[in-house]
Amino acid sequence: MQTKDRRFAAVDVLLLIMTVLPLAAGITLKVLLIPPGEGIDITGAYVFFTLPTPVQPLPITESQVNSWMVVLSILFLSLYLTHGIRAGRKTKRQVIAEWIVEKTEGLVKGNMGEIFLGFAPFIAAIMALSAFSSLLSLLGLFPPTSDLNVVGGWAILVFFLITFYKLKCGLGYYLKSFCEPVAFFAPINLVSELATPVAMSFRHYGNVLSGIVISVLVTAGLTGLSDLLLGWLPGVLGEIPFLRIGLPAILSVYFDLFSGCLQAFIFAMLTMLYVAGAFSPEAYQKKKDKAAARRALRRE
Amino acid sequence: MLEIAIGIILGCCTLGAGIAMIAGIGPGIGEGNAVAKACEAIGRQPESRSAVTTTMLMGCAVAETTGLYALVIAILLIFVAPARLVEVLVSAIGR
Repeated sequence: MQTKDRRFAAVDVLLLIMTVLPLAAGITLKVLLIPPGEGIDITGAYVFFTLPTPVQPLPITESQVNSWMVVLSILFLSLYLTHGIRAGRKTKRQVIAEWIVEKTEGLVKGNMGEIFLGFAPFIAAIMALSAFSSLLSLLGLFPPTSDLNVVGGWAILVFFLITFYKLKCGLGYYLKSFCEPVAFFAPINLVSELATPVAMSFRHYGNVLSGIVISVLVTAGLTGLSDLLLGWLPGVLGEIPFLRIGLPAILSVYFDLFSGCLQAFIFAMLTMLYVAGAFSPEAYQKKKDKAAARRALRRE
Repeated sequence: MLEIAIGIILGCCTLGAGIAMIAGIGPGIGEGNAVAKACEAIGRQPESRSAVTTTMLMGCAVAETTGLYALVIAILLIFVAPARLVEVLVSAIGR
């Protein structure tokens, strides 16, 4: 019994270390490889190296590496939360894990209906990935969500899901959905269909990036102002930007914490609404009935 | 001469970014309306607070889209366009 307990605790500690390790690795990579910017400096993701591929060179950037780190971290956090889970026994982390599952299932059920209950893990994954990616800026790392390519990839995935669920109701239904309300509107409907992933990715990326730009501008402005006002102080005192204390922290609470979590919620919410809106149970049932009738005919 | 041309390119790009951000007025008014109505609704029916808040946040996010389009255009104009345009100019002169 004792050795079992000890092994359980050891696995726990290992999982927790594996949760923190990717983030520490990200910080180490940043410190070692990326040259520090000076003052007011808004740059894109740092390109670590470029892989030569037959089609075109594939750059491995900071945003990619950081999102892998986030994925690993979330994976081991989930393993830690579900480690030693058992029905009927209430430990603290089991309650947390059950709360997460219940909340996402309630959200999916409320917004998409019973049929889409299988979507709950996907929605939870998207929400966690997006929220943790945005929160990465609290550690001083480059948040992957402020790179259009990362968010654009998620939006394209959602676009494929929407198209898949529209096609599931039959090719005729899918083509007919472009001719609503009249066939004349087909080009406009096509544009609005393609605008969905663009709008989704721009919304997420724009919100995170605008927060970064505003924070950098405010910080640079306050540095300049305190140079101007307090530069006459003797020695080291004159070089410390005293006015920078306070305001950027408040901005960070809004832009990093609140906005990051809100954008994750909105992205997941829009995914649910678009996918649920693309699928029509009646059309699906009709298609199924038709196929069944055809099969019965053939058998006769 | 080349300096003047590059200066004009930079100036016009930044000016264009500023003009593009006028689009921020629209989402501002729209989201303000949405939040005002949501406050009214919560005042009338305090028990529907959570549902109204969720719907309002969703509506705000969608209304924000046009402003964010303008933001992306402005960012492209400031950080991407000048280098590209100067490149085009230099290559044209070289030819």
